[in-house]
Amino acid sequence: MDVRLFVEFDRENRRLVCRGEWNLHNFNVIRKQLHKISWPTTGELWVDGRQLVNMDSSGAWLIDKHIKKLHEKNITIHFENFPEETAKLIGIIEKRIVPSNEIPQLKKLNWLGQIGRQNISQIIDFWEYLGFIGLLFIEFIRGIFVPKHWRFQSLVNVVDNTGYRALPIIGLLSFMIGVVIAYQMGNQLRNYGAGVFIVNLLGLSVLREFGPLLTAIMVAGRTGSSYTAELGIMKINQEIDALNTMGVTPAELLLIPRIIGLVIALPLLTMWADVFGILGGMLMTENMLGISFYDFIQRFQHEIPVRSLLIGLGKAPVFALIIASIGCFQGMQVKSNAESLGRLTTRSVVLAIFFIIVADALFSIIFSRLNL
Amino acid sequence: MKKEENIIEVKDVSIKLGNEWVHKDLSLSIKKGEIIAIVGGSGSGKTTLLREILMLQPPDSGSIRVFNEEVTTANYQTLLSVQKRLGVLFQQNALFSSLTLLENTSFPLKEHTHLDSKTIKELAALKILLSGLPVNAISKYPSELSGGMQKRAALSRAIVLDPELLFLDEPTAGLDPVSAGGLDELIVNLQSTMGLTVVIVTHDLDTLWTVTDRVAFLGEGKVLCVDKMSELIKNPHPLIQKFFKGSRGRTAESIYH
Repeated sequence: MDVRLFVEFDRENRRLVCRGEWNLHNFNVIRKQLHKISWPTTGELWVDGRQLVNMDSSGAWLIDKHIKKLHEKNITIHFENFPEETAKLIGIIEKRIVPSNEIPQLKKLNWLGQIGRQNISQIIDFWEYLGFIGLLFIEFIRGIFVPKHWRFQSLVNVVDNTGYRALPIIGLLSFMIGVVIAYQMGNQLRNYGAGVFIVNLLGLSVLREFGPLLTAIMVAGRTGSSYTAELGIMKINQEIDALNTMGVTPAELLLIPRIIGLVIALPLLTMWADVFGILGGMLMTENMLGISFYDFIQRFQHEIPVRSLLIGLGKAPVFALIIASIGCFQGMQVKSNAESLGRLTTRSVVLAIFFIIVADALFSIIFSRLNL
Repeated sequence: MKKEENIIEVKDVSIKLGNEWVHKDLSLSIKKGEIIAIVGGSGSGKTTLLREILMLQPPDSGSIRVFNEEVTTANYQTLLSVQKRLGVLFQQNALFSSLTLLENTSFPLKEHTHLDSKTIKELAALKILLSGLPVNAISKYPSELSGGMQKRAALSRAIVLDPELLFLDEPTAGLDPVSAGGLDELIVNLQSTMGLTVVIVTHDLDTLWTVTDRVAFLGEGKVLCVDKMSELIKNPHPLIQKFFKGSRGRTAESIYH
């Protein structure tokens, strides 16, 4: 006898003998064997479970499904010799079979609907963002006259986390950018024998553009994402709700210190980045074009107006506002699932970098109009 | 076949978390087909013991055998074969928040069986209904379900592979009495029809009295006593007396005893 034979149908006596282990492991084999049986079309049928080793719920489901089909053909079924628990299990499962076409499905939109929904949700997002900014502004005004509500502790923490701890990475990055710019420009200038102009080019490009922009992008990746993740987890843990019930608004304790902290920290970081960018460029210039540090600095102070530094530093608070407000807003949008946290963290960084570059382009246009 | 009778065999297990010995030479054996509860005061290491048996937290020393396999030193293959035979209901449900209920429950089936997707869906739906949820909950996300429904959903995922061994960590915590009672009934029902061995970590006195065959009391890093509930409360150990002879414990005792 085949050990793998789980069912045997005796047409003469109208007996279906179940044997062996009817479990998930043997599920496919049992089903195939059941399919092969040529079922009677009328009359009665006996199902015998004496030789059954065990039967789990998938086995019971399988037998119930077939019996249901037979019932529809008006065949009467008698169960015999089933262990008590198995018979109970079969009875329980019989009542709970859902055909796959009755399983409720998630509604999926077609492509047009998806585009529409995407657009609507973007618009709603933008509205909510405006609302969020308004709320922050009101909270800020409310808190500014009540010194008790100034959160110095949180503010210092934020500056420490986003500013002080970012110093090494920002310094190193700017230094290398300085080296790279000096190398590329130096190569071109040397061809025209105008090597000394490297100081002008390097100074202006680092102070006006590369310093603020690269720092802001680094901070968007570093701080914007952490704002979203922190606030998102607090949202999921209901910490935000808890604050609200204690009469402390999350804006006052969590959001405004983060935003003001970054507005303080980012210009400082930008200054730091400027210094290291110039240092990197200076080192490369000395190496490549043979312009000594002394000559470099001499020329630097004559050629580079303070205005360039101030313009660069002036952009930083605007970038900080963009990064912090988007980071906080996305954090507060997190719904209670892991996926939304990941999606919104990504979104916070991408949007922040996007708007930083948009803002930078606007600055360029404005400055060119003003001849700055 | 004598060896097969103990489905879990924990022997001389010690573990240190931080600076404290949570378990010190703890031993416990669990018989096939019984419903056993693990109780003890807060911080007595109930959940830690569960995590050790599930190999989420390897003990510092000692041996743990599940299905007669030593799991503390098991390789990936052995561990997988053990894991396929057990189901776990975590304290916080641990449903995958980005999947619907049906996707959650069919996940183990998709990973560990070779069934076609239609069968997987129907089997998963069956388990969801078996755990007492309505049909329209099937396509919902976990966050759209109430606490009690989430518990049932997590249970349906735990039993979807028809495990021989089911771990329930605080199954009735945070549920209203009706839901908790329903869940208790469900556990007994599943146990009797599917022949499960159930290990429950709980504080719920009603569950202890109505559901369990035996209760293991954890304290001082050891199992202080394993016995039937009615015998356990007679144990003179001060921790056990304190646990069961408070006003809640006495009320429950007077009802069920």
